[in-house]
Amino acid sequence: MTPVVTITDLAKTFHLHQQGSIRIPVLAGFSAEIGAGEAVAVTGPSGRGKSSLLKLIYGSYRATGGAIRVWHDEDWVDVATAAPREVLAVRRRTIGYVTQFLRVIPRVPAEAVVAEPLLDRGIPQDTALERARHLLARLGIPQRLWHLSPMTFSGGEQQRVNIARGFAAAFPVLLLDEPTASLDSANRSRVLDLIEEARAAGSAIIAVFHDDTERRRACSREIALG
Amino acid sequence: MTPLLAAEGVTKSYGGRIGCSDVSMSLHAGEVLAIVGESGSGKTTLLRCLSGHLPVTAGKVRYTLRDGRHVSLDDLSEAERRLLMRTDWGFVHQDARDGLRMGVSAGANVGERMMAVGDRHYGRIRASAVDWLTRVEIPEDRIDDSPWSYSGGMRQRLQIARNLVTSPRLVFMDEPTGGLDVSVQARLLDLIRGLVRKLDLAAIVVTHDLAVARLLSTRMMVMQQGRVIETGLTDQVLEDPQAPYTQLLVSSVLQV
Amino acid sequence: MNPPAYNFAYLNEQTKRMIRRAILKAIAIPGYQVPFASREMPMPYGWGTGGVQVTAAVLTPDDTLKVIDQGADDTTNAVSIRKFFIKTAAVKTTERTEEASIIQTRHRIPEARLTENQILVFQVPIPEPLRFLEPRETETRKMHALEEYGVMHVKLYEDIAHYGQIATTYAYPAKVADRYVFDPSPIPKFDNPKLDNCPALQLFGAGREKRIYAIPPYTRVKSLDFEDHPFEIQTWDQPCALCGSRDSFLDEIVTDDRGGRLFVCSDTDFCARQRGEA
Repeated sequence: MTPVVTITDLAKTFHLHQQGSIRIPVLAGFSAEIGAGEAVAVTGPSGRGKSSLLKLIYGSYRATGGAIRVWHDEDWVDVATAAPREVLAVRRRTIGYVTQFLRVIPRVPAEAVVAEPLLDRGIPQDTALERARHLLARLGIPQRLWHLSPMTFSGGEQQRVNIARGFAAAFPVLLLDEPTASLDSANRSRVLDLIEEARAAGSAIIAVFHDDTERRRACSREIALG
Repeated sequence: MTPLLAAEGVTKSYGGRIGCSDVSMSLHAGEVLAIVGESGSGKTTLLRCLSGHLPVTAGKVRYTLRDGRHVSLDDLSEAERRLLMRTDWGFVHQDARDGLRMGVSAGANVGERMMAVGDRHYGRIRASAVDWLTRVEIPEDRIDDSPWSYSGGMRQRLQIARNLVTSPRLVFMDEPTGGLDVSVQARLLDLIRGLVRKLDLAAIVVTHDLAVARLLSTRMMVMQQGRVIETGLTDQVLEDPQAPYTQLLVSSVLQV
Repeated sequence: MNPPAYNFAYLNEQTKRMIRRAILKAIAIPGYQVPFASREMPMPYGWGTGGVQVTAAVLTPDDTLKVIDQGADDTTNAVSIRKFFIKTAAVKTTERTEEASIIQTRHRIPEARLTENQILVFQVPIPEPLRFLEPRETETRKMHALEEYGVMHVKLYEDIAHYGQIATTYAYPAKVADRYVFDPSPIPKFDNPKLDNCPALQLFGAGREKRIYAIPPYTRVKSLDFEDHPFEIQTWDQPCALCGSRDSFLDEIVTDDRGGRLFVCSDTDFCARQRGEA
């Protein structure tokens, strides 16, 4: 299996200046390799840095040490040391990230929120919106809500919009942070289907799951933290 | 790839007092950079230096002209610099009264830049003004009204239309949502966000509001006492701030 | 022989030199506002102190002077300035346009075509055409220097937006020799075409604002306009009630308190000649 993410000796320590300058180590000496078409679950007790690992790979957290190399545009980019501009390019075309909560942008309709990653890649508006609506429909968001801002949606609906957004552009690497947390069983199943399809299409998936059954169904391998 | 705008060691001092000190940065087409910091941190001084409104004490600001030349602002003649400001650049002031011609109608405010670059066809200027007012969500029938009759949010949108009519490539914004109601802010932010994307604009936004920075920018610069103390991707700076001051700033915000 | 008690034409010789230098500079840079050290004159600002200084500086004992105000030779302002020069320079005066070698005017250009042997001196209240939109003098100077004249069209745009046409009827801005935009003083826009390619030298003096500017003979003067709203002069439905002229600028005269009125030539000399009186 071709590796697309190679993590070497990754360390992350938070240094909280405002709280007595304490240092909180989250990760140390962490290494892993994830290949294309592989779905990997990150496991471990809470507080051991599962979400932090995803944020480190996405570049939202800055690594204290080590390397996070991502196969991007026929080359390796070390997200831990890359310039902001490179990280943005990696996010635009290579890494997708579904967070636990949708960051709602006032007034922007749901379908536009979902289409945004496609538009960022320069995909024509019509094509992008068509794909966005298809995903919203699949995730059971009623059509009458597509033109509305998700600001007023329920938690579960917001989460499904978030997932649709993550899956809109077939990212080669997809980070999922508890993607099914606030969903009912029918919608969970739909999300698991999406994960399976993305994996089959060659995406590398790195996910954090709350539920063991779902984790086992979605992922072929586990990376244990802590 | 040559950046659109680049600063090297930009310093502005007023006698012994430091406005901003040794700032270097670069900005590419389509990027939005937020400069944050509390009042007096030098962010507005820096913005005025970068936009050629203030002469720098030391350092250089370079810009890539449409013909591809990457020039220092000092090397441009005043005429060239002013032409640049009216065509390729925009400047959105915190107080719309500083950025608008309050004595003339909204339509004339939007049309002025076209006339400034030599358009002499009333019908065409008027059509552009209508088009731009619509794009910034100002009803067409307000075109002949004075900006005095506009609300704060409308004035700010008018200011944006006035700047964008010549299709600039770089827009400087100084607290564009300052002093507006929260609901009005949201509308304006969304509008700016949409325009920046649609027009592939580069922008430098000065704000003390981290929520504004989060919504608008891809990158952030944190300033304190005239110096840049932290830079990075916006989510990086907000979620994993490194400098003590940035941590204080981020933790002081209720929810960003 | 005793030297005369006073210098010819009121101004002392140093002042005349200073003003003549300003005039020469103004002629050299058509349309450019030359600052000069405007003197106190024995009349209030607004009564033509700038025009009087310019006239006094160019006047020679052989000149024949005509002074008009709103086209008329017999109004207060014209009469007092004419008397001023009779007293201080003892020059010949006339009401006939073609006899005059210097014509000082407020708010009109005579209807008769001027000649190369004549100088037309305008009294100017506000020389800066950009003042309406930009009150800062430092900024307007820069705008002139850099030919940033877009803002002039903002004013014309406003006219069309509010009135459907360019409603500016006097002090209508124009561009001199394809370079400087200038304020032709409050002449009606009817007179603007006469500025263009005029054989006479045209001098403008603003006393309070301390500026002199000039249009040398045969200089191109183009009134500002839009492609789809070209410059137009005023027209009247009726001819002059006195002389029947259809191509002169007419003043409206109220004849009674029952709405009666007449339209007559503002240029009194022209009107009289048309009637064959002179």
